[in-house]
Amino acid sequence: MAVFETTRISDQVPPPLLKVEGVTLQYKTKDHLVTATYRVSCEMFRSDRFVLLGPSGCGKSTLLKAVGGYIKPVEGTMTLRGDEINKPGPDRIMVFQEFDQLVPWKTVKANIMFPLTVSGKMSRSEAEDKAMFYIKKVNLANFANVFPHMLSGGMKQRVAIARAMAMEPDILLMDEPFAALDALTRRKMQEELLQLWEDTKFTVLFVTHSIVEAIIVGTRILLLSPHPGQVKAEFNSHMHGYQTQDKTEFAELQDKIHRLLFSDIVEEGEGPCTTKT
Amino acid sequence: MHDENVAFERPEYIREVLDAKNIGNIKKPLTLWEKISNVGALRKFLILFVLAAIWQGYSVWVDNPLIFPTFKATIVAFYDALFRGELLSRVLVSIKLLITGYSIGIGFAMVLTVFAISSRLGSDFLETLTSMFNPLPAIALLPLALLWFGLGKISIIFVLIHSVLWPVSMNTHSGFKSVSNTLRMVGRNYGLTGWGYVSKILIPAAFPAILTGLKIGWAFAWRTLIAAELVFGVSSGQGGLGWFIYENKNELEVAYVFAGLLTVIVIGICVENFIFRNIENKTVRKWGMCS
Repeated sequence: MAVFETTRISDQVPPPLLKVEGVTLQYKTKDHLVTATYRVSCEMFRSDRFVLLGPSGCGKSTLLKAVGGYIKPVEGTMTLRGDEINKPGPDRIMVFQEFDQLVPWKTVKANIMFPLTVSGKMSRSEAEDKAMFYIKKVNLANFANVFPHMLSGGMKQRVAIARAMAMEPDILLMDEPFAALDALTRRKMQEELLQLWEDTKFTVLFVTHSIVEAIIVGTRILLLSPHPGQVKAEFNSHMHGYQTQDKTEFAELQDKIHRLLFSDIVEEGEGPCTTKT
Repeated sequence: MHDENVAFERPEYIREVLDAKNIGNIKKPLTLWEKISNVGALRKFLILFVLAAIWQGYSVWVDNPLIFPTFKATIVAFYDALFRGELLSRVLVSIKLLITGYSIGIGFAMVLTVFAISSRLGSDFLETLTSMFNPLPAIALLPLALLWFGLGKISIIFVLIHSVLWPVSMNTHSGFKSVSNTLRMVGRNYGLTGWGYVSKILIPAAFPAILTGLKIGWAFAWRTLIAAELVFGVSSGQGGLGWFIYENKNELEVAYVFAGLLTVIVIGICVENFIFRNIENKTVRKWGMCS
């Protein structure tokens, strides 16, 4: 079991929103049963921007999908507000890395309305108002009636984020949402995400393999070791953002994380990159 | 001091760029001729016109209406058969049969595909059946159909179903299988299960493949129908378009044979270019799901 470097003030902690306890995840490839994570435990609280950080093959995406309800743990439990997670549901909306996550047969607005109406959360007219509200929030008001194939990659990701946020889920699950974007767009999207968070203080579980992105986007970072993923450390990064990028604390944290990740890779050797499910 | 990383040191600069409106016309409308030549229908019409001219020229040169009637004679015969003869009623008989066979075939294909996507055994079953029956020409089953159902509509409908069922279910099934994993996860994320999941995610996502299946099925059915009618069209007192062609050949009314063939072609083109093209424009093209 990994050692937690926590500095929690144990007196006034609220109950955690998401509790992951000793979760081991396995998935099948064509000829192997791969253990993706081994006895991972962590706790997420309301309005956390919780980042899962680790090298390729540390099972961070698999862990996110398990929280999404797509994979059942072979060991351990995951609870959201005290209820065990056992299937996908609209209380945990995912934002994927892939651009094809928008349904191509619906316009931007209809895409955002889709989960709102299909889950029976609200009527069509309410959903329309809510969709327009979030379309404006992600600065796509001029594209509300456009089909996704006419949007750029960054715009598609913005729509996906708006769609997820319009659902106002308990947790937003983001699986490397900016990884397929170019550097300039990625930076802009990170800023926009933080701006949106300032507005609504949503709770997000964010997967990335970029240390800088983790520190900037996250308030708390969970570090996973590769093959299989085990908890290595948890760090606070709520004090860091774009404005502190030049500070020595930022560089120190970055360096600390880098060393922790890097030492692992040396120990384990560069194993084969297993495909994620 | 000389830096080894550069060949020689050059001055840096920053420039003011011109505003777009000062550069002049950066968006110029195309000329009328360019616009006209961009209309696909017009270009194709021109090709048809040239082909008709070649036909007319050749048949005048051959000068044998029994072997190769002129384009003009064919059009006259077509007009005559359509308004004074029985071409229209023959076409209606054929179309009615076709729609019956086509819809029953699609119905069976839906049942088979739903069975196939709900279990691995079902999928194997469909794949085995399609690989067996898809290469089998529907018309080859006609003798058997005659033996089982006798001379009549049912035999034709039977071969029509066979010609539609396999291509449609094969395409629909492969369409469902190729729905991206991300979209599937999105659907389940919204809590969609069962029929809601199939109708709101799988069917629209697989629609390009389904549409291709329907088009292939239609083309197969149309060919099969005409061929089957040629063999024994006059079943229940009223023959179809295939029988119209056969009858006129027996009476050596070759211009009418040509008119019949022309009707087959025209109906084929109409369905392809108006019905299917329309569906395509309103769906997969609008959604950017096809090239």
